[in-house]
Amino acid sequence: LMERLKLVLQYFQSNSESISNGICIVLALVSVKLYTSFDFNCPCLPQYNKLYSLGVMTVPPIIFFFLGVLVNRHTGVMMDEWMRPVGNRSKNPAVVKYLFSAMLQRALLAPMVWILVTLLDGKIFICAFSVSVDPGLFSGVPNNTGLDVIRIMAKVPCKEDVIFQNSSFRKAVSRYVRCYSQAVGWSILLFLIILGAMGRLIKPCFEDHAAFLQTRYWSNYLDVEQKLFDETCVLHARDFARKCVVQFFEDMTEDSILHLPHPPFISNVSERWEEEEERLHGVTRQEQMDQLLNKWYYGKPELDVTRIAHRPRPCVTWQDPGGRTLYSDV
Amino acid sequence: MDKFRMMFQFLQSNQESFMNGICGIMALASAQMYSAFEFSCPCMPEYNYTYGIGLLVIPPIWFFLLGFVLNNNVSVLAEEWKRPTGSRTKDPTILRYMFCSITQRSLIAPALWVSVTLMDGKSFLCAFSINLDIEKFGNSSFVKGMSETEKIRLLARIPCKDLFENQEIRVAATRYIKCISQACGWIFLLMMTFTAFLIRAIRPCFTQAAFLKTKYWSHYIDIERKMFDETCKEHAKSFAKVCIHQYFENISGEMQSLHRHRSGQDDSGDEGEDKRSDEDKLLGIRAQDDMNKVLWNWHTCKPALALRKDQMDGENSSKLNGKINEGFNGFANGHAHETKKREWAVYYSKV
Repeated sequence: LMERLKLVLQYFQSNSESISNGICIVLALVSVKLYTSFDFNCPCLPQYNKLYSLGVMTVPPIIFFFLGVLVNRHTGVMMDEWMRPVGNRSKNPAVVKYLFSAMLQRALLAPMVWILVTLLDGKIFICAFSVSVDPGLFSGVPNNTGLDVIRIMAKVPCKEDVIFQNSSFRKAVSRYVRCYSQAVGWSILLFLIILGAMGRLIKPCFEDHAAFLQTRYWSNYLDVEQKLFDETCVLHARDFARKCVVQFFEDMTEDSILHLPHPPFISNVSERWEEEEERLHGVTRQEQMDQLLNKWYYGKPELDVTRIAHRPRPCVTWQDPGGRTLYSDV
Repeated sequence: MDKFRMMFQFLQSNQESFMNGICGIMALASAQMYSAFEFSCPCMPEYNYTYGIGLLVIPPIWFFLLGFVLNNNVSVLAEEWKRPTGSRTKDPTILRYMFCSITQRSLIAPALWVSVTLMDGKSFLCAFSINLDIEKFGNSSFVKGMSETEKIRLLARIPCKDLFENQEIRVAATRYIKCISQACGWIFLLMMTFTAFLIRAIRPCFTQAAFLKTKYWSHYIDIERKMFDETCKEHAKSFAKVCIHQYFENISGEMQSLHRHRSGQDDSGDEGEDKRSDEDKLLGIRAQDDMNKVLWNWHTCKPALALRKDQMDGENSSKLNGKINEGFNGFANGHAHETKKREWAVYYSKV
C-alpha cells in the first residue's frame, strides 16, 4: 500500500498540471451538487421575479470564478513572476501570459457548468421570463381570480399556487419557456465546443510552436522551483531547529568533555553506552535539567548554530609503541 | 535520500492537511448540525426577532471559538507572544502572520453556518415576518378591522404552518422573505469569496519578500518546539537507562568491568557472545537476596538524579584495554593483556 501511495504521490508531484485539472473538475462537480441541493424559491411576484432569477444565474458563477482562481497553484506562481523585481533573471512576459491564460481557462469551467446546468434545467428561466409570455397563445387562462394578467403570469413558476388548480395552463406555459431555455443552453454548449475545436485546430497556424514549447517549459520550471524552494526551507528549518536545540543542551554543561570515538572493533556493548551518552548531551543531573528547562522559557537561545555546524570533528589515530598505526580516522 | 524526501513531503503536507482536515470536518459538522437542528419559531411578536437572529449569529461565534480551541498553533502563538526576550528578539510580524492563519482557518465553519442558514430562509422568516406589508400578497380583507397589536400578532404567526389560516397569503409571504434571505446569502458568499481572493491573489503585489521571511520563521518556531520535545524525550530515556543501570550496580556491589574482563577471554563463536550478553543483562544480580534488595530500595530509597561520569568512562576504558588486543590479533586465541598505547588527537575542521 505504501508503495502504491508513493507512486501516486510521485506522479502528482511530477505533474502539477494534473493536480490543477483535478481541482478544476472537483470544483465543477461541486457546482453541480450545489445547484441540485439549492432550494430554488421563485418569489412569484412581478417586480422581483426577474431580479431574483438573474441574480441566481449570475452571482454563483462569479463566486465559482473567484474560487477557481484562489485554489489554482498557477495564480501564486504567476503573480510572483509578474511582480518580482528584475534582479539577475530577466523577465519573460510570454510566460506570464501563458500562466494567465491557463489559470483563466481552468477558472472559467465551474461558472460555465453552473450556467449550462441552470439553462438545461429551466427553472430559473421560467421564473425570469414567465411574465413576458403572451397568454393568448395558450388556452385556459384562469380569469376568475380578479388578478390582472401580469400577476397571473408571474405566478406560473409556483406549482402549488391555488389559482392553478385543475388547469393545464401553467404546465403549458412552463413547457414553452423551458423549451426556450434548453435551446439557449444547448446553443451555448455547441458554441463553446466549436470555439474550443477551432482554437485547437487553427492555433498551430498562428503561433510559433518553438516559442510555445519554451514558454511551457519555463512556466513549469517556475512552478517546480517554487515547490522545491518551499521544501528546502522546510528541511532546513528542521535541521536548524535540531542543531539549535542540541547546542542549547550542550551549552548547559560547565565542562564539555570531548568524548573520543572508540575503534570499530570494540564489541557493541560499549557502543550502547556511547549512544546513550551522545543523547545525554552532557546534561546528567536533575539541577542541570531543571535549569535547562527554565532557561528554555526565560532565555531562548539566539538563532545562530555556527558553532555546532562548523565544529571540528575529532579524528583519532591509535599507534602502538612501535609507531605502527592500529587504527586511524583520517 | 529520495525515500527521506518523499516521507518528509508526506509529513509536511500531512501537518498542513491535518489542520485543513480539521477545518473541513468542522465545516461539515456545522452543516450537519444545521440540518439536524429542529428549527421551531416561537411565533410570538416579542420573541421572533431574538430567536431568528440569535440562531443566525450565536452558533457561528461558538464554531469560531471551537476552531481556536482545536487548533494546535494557538498555544505556539501564545507561547511566542508571552516569552521574555532573552537573547532572541521578538518579531511582531511573525505573531501577526500566525494569528492571521489561525483566524482564517477558524472562520470557515462559521461562514458555512451563516450561508446555510440564509439559504434555507427559516431564520429570516421568523425574524422579519412582522415587518411585512400583508396587502401585497393577496386577498387581505380579513385584516381590515384589526388593531395594530392584533395585526402584529397575526403577522408573527406566519412562520408557523399550522397557526395561520390563510394558506395562500402565508405561502406567498414565505416565498417573498425566503427570496430576500437567499439574496442576502448569495451576497454574503460573494463578499467572503471576494475578500479571500483579494487576500490570497493580490497580496503578492505587496510585501512578498517580508512574507517569505515570516512564513519561514513561524514554521521554524513550530518545528523547534517539536524538536525540543523530541530531544527531551530522548534525553529522558537515556538518563533513565543510565540511572537505572548505575542503581543496579550500586546494589550488587560488583564492578562491571571486572566481570566483563573475565568473560572477555572467551572469544569463540556465537554461543560465547550470547552467554556474554546474558551475563551482562544480569547486571551482577544473581541471588534472590540481592534482587529483593534491589526491588525494596527502588521504592524506599530511589537513587539521586545525578549520573556518575567516572563509572561510565571507567568501564569503557577497561573494555578498550581488553578488546583492542583481540581485534588486532584477529581470531587467534590470544588472551587479553595490557598493551601500552600512545594516543594523540588531531582535529580536522569540516569548513
